[in-house]
Amino acid sequence: MASNRDSNGGKTGAAQGSGGLTRRRLLQTSAATAGAAVGSGLVTGFPTVWSQKLKDVTLLHVGSSYSAIIDIARQASQDLGFKIEMQSVNGDALVNRVVTQPSTVDIADLEYWAVRKVWPRGVLQGIETAKIGRWDKISPLFTQGKYPDGREVTLEGTAPYEVQYTEEKEGNRFAAGPTDHATLLPQIYNADTLGIRPDLIGRPIESWSELLNPDFAGKVALVDIPSIGIMDVAMALEAKGEMTYADKGNMTKEEIDKTIAALIDLKRQGHFRAFWNSFDQSVNLMASGEVMIQSMWSPAVTAVRTRGIDCQYVALKEGYRAWAAGLGLMRHLDGLKLEAAYEYMNWYLSGWQGAFIARQGYYTPVLETTKAAMAPDEWGYWYMGEKAEEPVKDPYGNVMEKAGAVRDGGSYEQRMGNIACWNTVMDENVYMVRKWNEFISA
Amino acid sequence: MQRLAPYLQVAPLTLILGVFLVVPVTMIVLVSFWSYDEFDIYPDLILDNYQWILTSPVTWSLYLKTLYYALVTWAITLLIGFTISWYLVFHVKNLIWQIGLFLLCTVPFWTSNVIRMISWIPFLGREGIFNQALMGAGLTGEPLEFLLFSDFAVILAYVHLFTLFMIVPIFNSMARIDPTLIEAAVDGGARPWQVVFEVVLPLCKTGIALGSIFVIALVMGDFVVVRTMSGGQSATVASAMMNEIALLQYPTAAAGATILLVVVTLMVAAILRVVDVRRELAG
Repeated sequence: MASNRDSNGGKTGAAQGSGGLTRRRLLQTSAATAGAAVGSGLVTGFPTVWSQKLKDVTLLHVGSSYSAIIDIARQASQDLGFKIEMQSVNGDALVNRVVTQPSTVDIADLEYWAVRKVWPRGVLQGIETAKIGRWDKISPLFTQGKYPDGREVTLEGTAPYEVQYTEEKEGNRFAAGPTDHATLLPQIYNADTLGIRPDLIGRPIESWSELLNPDFAGKVALVDIPSIGIMDVAMALEAKGEMTYADKGNMTKEEIDKTIAALIDLKRQGHFRAFWNSFDQSVNLMASGEVMIQSMWSPAVTAVRTRGIDCQYVALKEGYRAWAAGLGLMRHLDGLKLEAAYEYMNWYLSGWQGAFIARQGYYTPVLETTKAAMAPDEWGYWYMGEKAEEPVKDPYGNVMEKAGAVRDGGSYEQRMGNIACWNTVMDENVYMVRKWNEFISA
Repeated sequence: MQRLAPYLQVAPLTLILGVFLVVPVTMIVLVSFWSYDEFDIYPDLILDNYQWILTSPVTWSLYLKTLYYALVTWAITLLIGFTISWYLVFHVKNLIWQIGLFLLCTVPFWTSNVIRMISWIPFLGREGIFNQALMGAGLTGEPLEFLLFSDFAVILAYVHLFTLFMIVPIFNSMARIDPTLIEAAVDGGARPWQVVFEVVLPLCKTGIALGSIFVIALVMGDFVVVRTMSGGQSATVASAMMNEIALLQYPTAAAGATILLVVVTLMVAAILRVVDVRRELAG
């Protein structure tokens, strides 16, 4: 964090007219924080002309609303001295944009399941891990496919590790193990589960099977993003013992048929109140009491709670459905812009962004810089599952929990250490979505 | 120069129609015959896209649902449009009042479509204002669940959003009716319902036809209202296209669009066959 403050100072200096010098100082500072061995390449590799021109660079970062947050761009522009612009486009529209209009994006902020679709299209270029100063500090969930304690992470769905590396810089295939080129720079991830209204339910909820419990008929909502919705249902069906899947994240046609048939049955019985496909819909469904148990995202739970309504992101014994997102370099980037993009990516792992998104419940790939950028009490609440000594604030400084609150699901290790499956696109995705449409129009 | 003049006069419209209608529609039709895989679309001449759409039971149920929405919305907007126009034309004698009230009908349309639609949600919800009022008045013990996230909600929103498109053309053609004609009908012994159905209605045919085209085309192409108001419980033909685009299956979506275009064109043609809009307008 200290280095960021230095570079803020550098920015002010630049405004007063000693651009070149402060620019170099900034590069040195960021290189120093980036780790001596690899980081030094950043400095020596830069012709002086470039470093002077770097401040004229503008990078366009396009991502989903929950990760391309304008405050991050503002802070990065301030710290780095060049301009970061952000646009948020959600879900499929984002994938569409990156694939069909690649030249309108510089930094693609994608989830790992999307990179599975996008990388083979040849619109991204491999990230040289040697240029990422803290690559070796990134959580082994990404770099080795393991939990920090060495256990193997489930490969159900698209585990980030499966699509993390690529054989060559401009190829279109994934590599089986670590190589020098990464598809995405990990940036945020989380463990998703069900959201409930404890005040309306009035008893503990411990299993995914409760999603399909007839007790809650007419008061259940499901996310209408087929690839995620079907996994939530698969978790529930499996927990109920009605189905077993070889891989919930990559169902066979037969498994898809059975799952959708079960869903259509439930829909006909009036089990579902609604299917949501945007953040605010899920918040409103919960806050208005239309539903009492549903698929949900962590910040949505927070949003319900900030309205003074009790909402819980329950820890379920079968585990979490995890997801992760990262930054990708578009293939058209080169020269100065590419160097700027690497600087931006290195900045991402330097702490500020990690602390910012931690306050909305997301995790960061490099824990130590984030820890350094957060108050110990905040770190304790968000990462350690400890009781908050002071009121907990969201990224914008609004109080969202009273002192004494404990995070649902507990610590980073408890939550992120119990992954049952990853968000994904299945091989039979086309078939699955068609079946899902049958369910929605049933 | 003399001979060039008509071509120059027609040029702007030709250009606009060419660039914004002919080219895109041609593209869509062309792409609908292309093939695709998970990662790209390829120029080709295959019928698979159509075959899949036409043989899928989902398509048929989606068309049934969409037509159901279109017809019910059409009937309700027609009834409302006709009665409001009637009131404005035959009951409000003062021209200033007539125009003022007509403009009043358009006031809700100064706000965005999205706002007008979304504002129904807190109103109709289980803990919404309407349900609370009903329960407060002791009319129901339980909140009425069919009010929101149902076909009722979808049609309500359609009617709210699209009625104006019915009012305007009907008002326009009704205002052209010579009031003496109605006096003559009454003098000739016509009963009130005969005046409505045998004098006014036939004379409003043009307006009704135009309004119907608007309403039906709008409903047939919608996917936003149905998504929001049904809470994702129902889908229309256009929703299916959205899903296909989301999967980057442009050819299938294009085939769906082409089929929908044909269906809507046929519906419009049917309307125009019943009412010769051009002749009526000229007359």
